[in-house]
Amino acid sequence: MLASIAFYVLSVIAVLSAFAVISARNPVHSVLFLIQTFVSAAGLFVLLGAEFLAMLLVVVYVGAVAVLFLFVVMMLDVDFAELKKGFLAYMPLGALIALALMGELGLVAGAAMSANGAPIALSPAQPTEITNAEAIGQVLYTEYLLVFQMAGLVLFVAMIGAIVLTLRHRPGVKKQDIAAQVGRKRSDGVELKDIRPGQGLG
Amino acid sequence: MEIGLVHYLFVAGALFTIGCFGIFANAKNVIIILMSIELILLAVNINLVAFSAFLQNLEGQIFAMMVLTVAAAEAAVGLAILVTYFRNRGNIAVEDINQMRG
Repeated sequence: MLASIAFYVLSVIAVLSAFAVISARNPVHSVLFLIQTFVSAAGLFVLLGAEFLAMLLVVVYVGAVAVLFLFVVMMLDVDFAELKKGFLAYMPLGALIALALMGELGLVAGAAMSANGAPIALSPAQPTEITNAEAIGQVLYTEYLLVFQMAGLVLFVAMIGAIVLTLRHRPGVKKQDIAAQVGRKRSDGVELKDIRPGQGLG
Repeated sequence: MEIGLVHYLFVAGALFTIGCFGIFANAKNVIIILMSIELILLAVNINLVAFSAFLQNLEGQIFAMMVLTVAAAEAAVGLAILVTYFRNRGNIAVEDINQMRG
């Protein structure tokens, strides 16, 4: 019973805040609503017994991706009110496609609900003696090792790509040049003047 | 009423639809479009995890982690492109991005 209430509360919050993401006037609010959607989805994952993935969702999405979005939204000096002007122009087409999509997905889910004897009648995973993280750990580094390595490769390439795209060398910026520092000769910095007594320099 | 697989499918379907609608509704703002894509990927993740839990098969959760990885990589590269574009052009209006059209 408590799980049912939690499911309905979390899913309603998730859907409402997802709608707020696309309709908010201020993009910063959009990012904050996106965070709320992700946190609610993490709650749904906990209800499904996937605690590890729920924590991963909070760490990766809320901790990294959403903060990245927040940085970019706040860094770019864009007139967002100007961008919002065309909101109504594409609305009919978007609403039409959304309606069609919703109808199709609802049809499939409804058909699945009315089907009898299908595997969806199964109950969610029963709690066993090993935890969800343990179960994932047992297969992730053995059966799915290749997939795991590929995921690492994807992240590596994305990291290099992001750095290459955003790195720029601006002329005129003063930086430490260690090779130049170490390679300095005594003759570059010190000059000996022969000063005669009583005359001074000059 | 017992919460079944279909309930989770409906939530995921709603999130997916909202994400698709967001791409059309905010056709000028690249940042919101990227966020809509994140919503769509989240809906897919909910589907994967729900099926994984109800079929008692961990494969779905492993694959959801891969989707998470790709989503993070996509957000990083997408935002990097956005920052570079903004640096060069001074705005991020999607309609003006047609320089590479043949």
